Amino acid sequence: MSQNAAVSEPIVPENANEHCPGPESEMAGKADNCEGCPNKKICESAPKGPDPDLGEISEKLKHVRHKILVLSGKGGVGKSTFAAQLSFILSDDETKNVGLLDVDITGPSIPTVTGCADMIVHETASGWTPVYVRDNLAVMSIGFLLESSDKAVIWRGPRKNGMIKQFLKDVDWADLGDEETGAQGLDYLIVDTPPGTTDEHLSIATYLRESGIDGAVLITTPQEVALQDVRKEIDFCRKAKINIIGLVENMATFICPHCEHSNPIFKPTTGGAAALCSELNIPFLGSLPLDPRIGKSCDYGVPFVESHPESPAAQAYLEIVKEIQNRL
Amino acid sequence: MAGSTNFPGLEKVKHIVLVLSGKGGVGKSSVSVQLAVALKELGNKVGILDLDLCGPSIPRMLGVEKSKIHQASSGWVPVYITPDRNFSVMSIGFLLPDKNSSVVWRGPKKSAMIKQFLTDVYWGDLDYLIIDTPPGTSDEHLSVVENLQALKLDGAILVTTPQAVSLVDVRKELNFCHEVKLPVLGLVENMSGYVCTNCKECTNIFSSGGGKKLAEEFKLNFFGSVPIDPSLVEQLDISATGCDEFERYSKFIQQYKSSALYEIFTNFSISLQNSLN
Repeated sequence: MSQNAAVSEPIVPENANEHCPGPESEMAGKADNCEGCPNKKICESAPKGPDPDLGEISEKLKHVRHKILVLSGKGGVGKSTFAAQLSFILSDDETKNVGLLDVDITGPSIPTVTGCADMIVHETASGWTPVYVRDNLAVMSIGFLLESSDKAVIWRGPRKNGMIKQFLKDVDWADLGDEETGAQGLDYLIVDTPPGTTDEHLSIATYLRESGIDGAVLITTPQEVALQDVRKEIDFCRKAKINIIGLVENMATFICPHCEHSNPIFKPTTGGAAALCSELNIPFLGSLPLDPRIGKSCDYGVPFVESHPESPAAQAYLEIVKEIQNRL
Repeated sequence: MAGSTNFPGLEKVKHIVLVLSGKGGVGKSSVSVQLAVALKELGNKVGILDLDLCGPSIPRMLGVEKSKIHQASSGWVPVYITPDRNFSVMSIGFLLPDKNSSVVWRGPKKSAMIKQFLTDVYWGDLDYLIIDTPPGTSDEHLSVVENLQALKLDGAILVTTPQAVSLVDVRKELNFCHEVKLPVLGLVENMSGYVCTNCKECTNIFSSGGGKKLAEEFKLNFFGSVPIDPSLVEQLDISATGCDEFERYSKFIQQYKSSALYEIFTNFSISLQNSLN
C-alpha cells in the first residue's frame, strides 16, 4: 500500500474559514480554525486519514494506461452519447482494449446507448465481470445491477460514493483480451459522469487521485445557459487538479434532412464553445452537428460512425477522437 | 413531522409544484420558466425556487443573473422579476461571487442549503411556487420531498424528451414519486419536433410520441408536446446587459406571447390550475 495517498492538495470548500486544514485531513472539523465554519459538522463526522481502499484501487487499475473522464456541467448535452461513441471508435482498433464505466448512478444511460440494456453482470472470484459489447470493449454500469430498468436508485451521496468505489475496486477489467494479444488490461478507461459538480465527481477524482487521471473531456452545447455550467465544471477541474484535455461542442447545428438547410437550434449567443475556450485558455476539440441519426443510433445502441460512415457528423467524431489521442 | 411553523416563509404559499426529470437537459428549467410565466399572465402570483445547486440556469433565463439577494427581518427576499412583485425567484446563482465559480458540494451540504432555501426565503403571498430540480433521484429530491411533504406539496410535473434513453430515466422518476408517495400531476414531452426555418418541414430530432405513450401506459395526465423553438432558446439565453431586469421581462413577454409556445403553456397552466383547485 502506498504511503502517499493524500499527497495532492485537498479540495477546500469555498465558504471555509481561512487556513482550512482541508476536509480530508486528520484535523478536519477539529482544528482551531474550524470554529464557526459552516462545514465544521460535516468535516467532523467524515472519516479521517488516507482511505485504505485507494491503494486497492490503484492496484486494480495499474494495467489501465489512460483514464479519461467525460464531464459536463449541464445535463443532456450528450455526455453518454459522446462517451459511448468515443469508446466505440477507440475500440475499432482491434489491438486496443477499452473499458467504459458509467458512474451516473441515478440515471445510467450507457447500457441503452451501447445496446446492452438487458445484460446482467456476473460476479466471479476476482470481482465483477463487465459486460462485453465487443471483444475489446467492456462496459460497466449500475444499470446492469438493477432488476428492472423502471426501478429508481434513490440514494443520497454516501451510498453513491460507495457504489463508485466498488466499481473501481471490484470490476475485473484486466481480463480483456490478455490471452490472444498478450495485452494486459486496458488501453483506455472512459468514465461517463452525471451532470454537475458533486458527490460522483468528487469521489471519482479522489479515488483515482493515486492511480492518476489523464484528463477530462468536457462536453457542452453552444448556448450560453450550457456554457455557464461548463465554466463551473472548468473551475471544478482546476480545484480538483484534473487536467482538461479539451472541450467538445455538441449539437452545434441541425441540418434539415429535407432541404439540407443548416439551423442553429441552440444558438451560440455568446460565441459558443470556441469563444469560451479562448477566454479560459483551454483546448477546443471540435464541433459535432445535431444529426437525428445520432440519437437514433443511441436508442438502438449501435455505433454511429459504423452505421453512417459517410455523414459529416461521423467525420467530426473521428477527428475529435484523433485530437484526443494526440493530446494523451 | 415538521409543522408549518418550521417554514414561515411558505405559510402564504397556496400550491407547491415540483418539476422533475430523470435525465438532464430535457428542459426542466425552461419548462419551469414558461409554466411560471404562463401562470403569471393568467393573473397568479408565482415564484420559482431553483434547487439545481451545481448548475443553476434560472437566473440567466430570466435575465437576472447579476441580481443579489437581500436579507430582511422576515428572511431572504427573493429577486423580483416584475415591478408588481408578483413574480419572484430564488437560486443559488444569486449567492455566488461570479459566474466562473463552481459549487463543489457533497450531499449533506446540498441538503443543508436546500433546507435553508425552504426555511429562510420569505416568499410572501404566492398562488404557485414552482420548484425546479437538478436531474436524477438523489439528495436534492429527497431533501425537498422530506421537508415539504408534511407541509404541502401538491405534486410533481415530469418532463421528458421523446427518445428511448430519456424515457428510461422518466420511468425511474415515476418509480421515485411512487416510493416517496409524491403525486404525479402530469407529464410534458419537450423537444418533440423541430420545424425547419427554411422548408417548414417538421423533423423529429429526438424521435416522437414517446411521452404520450408513456403517459397512457402509466395513466398519467399528459400536458402536451412542446416543439423545439430556437427563438426561445435565444430569448432565454441573451444577456440582460443594457436594460434593467424589469425591462428584460416586458421585452421577453412581448416576444413570447407571439410564439406558439405561449398558447401551449397557457393551456397547460389552465389544466394544472383546474387539477389543483
